[in-house]
Amino acid sequence: MPIHTDTVRKKFPILETEVNGHPLIYFDNAATTQKPDMVMDRLRTYYERENSNIHRGAHFLSQQATEAYEAARGTMQSFINAKYPYEIIFTRGATESINLVAHSFCNKFVKAGDEVLISAMEHHSNIVPWQIACKEKQADLKVIPMNEKGELRMSAFRDLLGAKTRLVAVTHVSNALGTINPVKEMIELAHEKNIPVLIDGAQATPHMTVDVQALDCDFYCFSGHKMYGPMGVGVLYGKEVWLNQMPPYQSGGEMIKEVSFKKTTYNELPFKFEAGTPNVADVLGMEAAIKFILELGHTHIAAHENDLLAYAIEKLKQLDNIRFIGTAGKRTSVVSFLFEDIHPYDTGIILDKLGIAVRTGHHCAQPIMDFYRIPGTIRVSLAVYNTRREIDLLVDALARVREMFG
Amino acid sequence: MATIREKAQEVIEEFELFDDWMDKYNYIIDLGKALPGIDENIKEDKYLIKGCQAQVWLVAEYNGGKVIYSADSDALITRGIIALLIRVLSGHAPEDIVEADMSFIDRIGLKEHLSATRSNGLLNMIKQMKLYALAFQQKK
Repeated sequence: MPIHTDTVRKKFPILETEVNGHPLIYFDNAATTQKPDMVMDRLRTYYERENSNIHRGAHFLSQQATEAYEAARGTMQSFINAKYPYEIIFTRGATESINLVAHSFCNKFVKAGDEVLISAMEHHSNIVPWQIACKEKQADLKVIPMNEKGELRMSAFRDLLGAKTRLVAVTHVSNALGTINPVKEMIELAHEKNIPVLIDGAQATPHMTVDVQALDCDFYCFSGHKMYGPMGVGVLYGKEVWLNQMPPYQSGGEMIKEVSFKKTTYNELPFKFEAGTPNVADVLGMEAAIKFILELGHTHIAAHENDLLAYAIEKLKQLDNIRFIGTAGKRTSVVSFLFEDIHPYDTGIILDKLGIAVRTGHHCAQPIMDFYRIPGTIRVSLAVYNTRREIDLLVDALARVREMFG
Repeated sequence: MATIREKAQEVIEEFELFDDWMDKYNYIIDLGKALPGIDENIKEDKYLIKGCQAQVWLVAEYNGGKVIYSADSDALITRGIIALLIRVLSGHAPEDIVEADMSFIDRIGLKEHLSATRSNGLLNMIKQMKLYALAFQQKK
């Protein structure tokens, strides 16, 4: 069913907030989305009636919580169409998922002189972990360049895939530009040379259906809080063949099979990578968020968001001195821009005064700002509850900014 | 010459005249436009106070027992607030600057610009202004 925003918005009580005397307009969804009732209800129910430590006690509550947690793993599995449930590792979010692979994979498979390949449009969380891992291993970090529109240069990518490349780590959707990268094609090219690929899907899962088997990616990472779920929970998908060979990332309870002071044997997948008491409540909250998305349907969500994106671009174009950053042919849910004659920070302050939440600055992607030689952008990132009316109000507010600074 | 406290009080009284935030921000923008700033060629890294959103450059000179500040920013609202800070602190003895009460920023409703999340360099700028004063005080 097409998205009916009035109905959807009723599920998000925070959208009724007033900011500086104006109704809140929330356009900072790429940073984090708001949470629907069903997610908050799930957290509450868990702590009210189900709370217990899982995989340990033989008692009723522990068993119930364990079953709920493992059922949530099954939900994640079918959400991204993973082959096995144990290929789903729960983490604190996409950042931890990337850190896990950077640490554990590089530990095992990367040696001095090898190369790891990332792209020019990565979020800092898909740059820094590789920098650290490469430094430790005396390996080189190589960067796939992009063009002025904010699209990866595929011929350069082909050239960079070499005998020394051990892994490609690239974002599915750029958080700062909204570009949808041709990840399927990139994975095919890398696999021709037997190079595994990690996809950072934090900005993709809220907006599109992801099928890790169809993509054939080796790792896929995403966060709960960017897709209507709680903060502090996320997923690492990894192909069994890799996860089995990789050493544990953190150690403690749960990840072990047998422990003596001489020797420890590790548990099997997925527990080998889930040391300590897991974040059960937020995993269940994330499951509720996935149910929320599936009930609306990715197709309808995408149709609604694409309509808003096209509408926003069309309206914003009419403002004087506006410069769009990121004009890729394939993009989703993000429009990044600045006025040539007004600092993005100044614009952001006035928008805030008018109750409009946008992100200003470098969006944790400084190399992109360096590439365009700009101090930052104003990023409007859309979600299923946004409306055309909100975009009209944004454009009015920006016209007011122009009056004040122009 | 007025003391730091008197100048801060003057600023507070000026801001009390504004009925709404628009007037207030228009005034700050005007102050930002009027700030002489600093020459492009001395916008060196050693004067740069980095913020995630806006940059600030701060230069301090010690002359005849008084500290003279000049500063600049790439964002206009930040420049306007810089103009206020300079107006209140510049031209005073190091010991007075070190001890200066900066709560007037809060009183005129601009505290939000000093929060860590704004990350525009202003908070560090105030710290840096006081650090310069402290250094000059110890050189005396």
